[in-house]
Amino acid sequence: MYAQMVKSEATQDDPDMLAAFQARVDAGEKIEPKDWMPAGYRKTLIRQIGQHAHSEIVGQLPEANWIARAPTLERKANLLAKVQDEAGHGLYLYCAVETLGVSRDELTEMLLDGRMKYSSIFNYPTLTWADMGAVGWLVDGAAIMNQVPLQRTSYGPYARSMVRICKEESFHQRQGFHVMMAMVKGSEAQKRMAQDALNRFWYPALMMFGPSDKDSVHSEQSMSWKIKMNTNDELRQKFVDETVPQAEYLGLTIPDEHMKWNEDTGHYDFTEPDWSEFFEVIQGNGPCNVDRIAARQKAWDDGAWVREAMVAHAEKKQSRKSAAE
Amino acid sequence: MSKEWPLWEVFIRGTHGMSHRHVGSLHAADAEHAIRNARDVYTRRNEGVSIWVVETSQIAASSPSEKGPLYDPARDKAYRHPTFFHIPEEVGKM
Repeated sequence: MYAQMVKSEATQDDPDMLAAFQARVDAGEKIEPKDWMPAGYRKTLIRQIGQHAHSEIVGQLPEANWIARAPTLERKANLLAKVQDEAGHGLYLYCAVETLGVSRDELTEMLLDGRMKYSSIFNYPTLTWADMGAVGWLVDGAAIMNQVPLQRTSYGPYARSMVRICKEESFHQRQGFHVMMAMVKGSEAQKRMAQDALNRFWYPALMMFGPSDKDSVHSEQSMSWKIKMNTNDELRQKFVDETVPQAEYLGLTIPDEHMKWNEDTGHYDFTEPDWSEFFEVIQGNGPCNVDRIAARQKAWDDGAWVREAMVAHAEKKQSRKSAAE
Repeated sequence: MSKEWPLWEVFIRGTHGMSHRHVGSLHAADAEHAIRNARDVYTRRNEGVSIWVVETSQIAASSPSEKGPLYDPARDKAYRHPTFFHIPEEVGKM
């Protein structure tokens, strides 16, 4: 998902404290920043929420690529609003993770030097306008699937930021689907573009949920702490089941010849993505990893003087005010 | 050597007469900057018509360890709630 392969930290805390903590989580109580929590819970959450925040911020880049080239003023305004939302979502999440005792600057530095990751999906290029449709429809659709249950996560600040994000995010998926609807009703060439976008984004979207449960080693602890609410495969299946009929409505073909409805399970059977590609992308070898980090690094470096000037200005204003008193 | 902007807590009041409500936090160099940022981050969908910001370091908060002494005394005082007092139906609405 936006947080993939988050390593769950082993925890070496006092067994009585741990048991009391687990009882609170089991009872559905929210854990708040000043409450006692296992060191592993804190560390895992910093990694998970941080990765989620970074994904929102880096996720602006593939879409920003099309703002100036949107086909109409209305589509441009829609896309701008969506990208602005992603910035907001990143900020809600950074604030949530900062309550765990890590600073914003540290988080940014960890993203830039590779100690922290962001979702694999944002390392794929957006080549045509139809990609804006596919990203909204599939990528935001997959994100929603994960974020809705996370509104019930045990960590209060994380749960609250998820509530805000979910409220805002459904517009993102719908605007994407709307772009796709327009494309498939257009010329033959436009319809081909829509199909091509689906072909390229389908498997990367499936990868967003992370490796198959049988290879997902970190799930159990995170699930008992309620910082992961569903397994990767559960969410992936749910996404496939909801998306296939939407593709049919659009008259597009999911690029999977083994995709078929299974009467017995009540779900679609489908082909798993190529996990070796996923691990390559996570390792930094996807099509756009270098560009994405370079863009964030440039923004960080170019913005340094602004950050410093704002502080200097605030200090000057404050000292003038004190002098006048 | 750059210094991180301080953290501010943001409170928004909507149009329907409710109190300002805590919505989240953000970083800003000073109060004016915090209000501008809060407008962008927390009111993109007409959530409010008034913003309060306060520097996080200025907030005093009760501690989780005081949970018992602070809130337990209220538990056994059910008579503070109107439903504690049974009023016969023939009295009518009260």
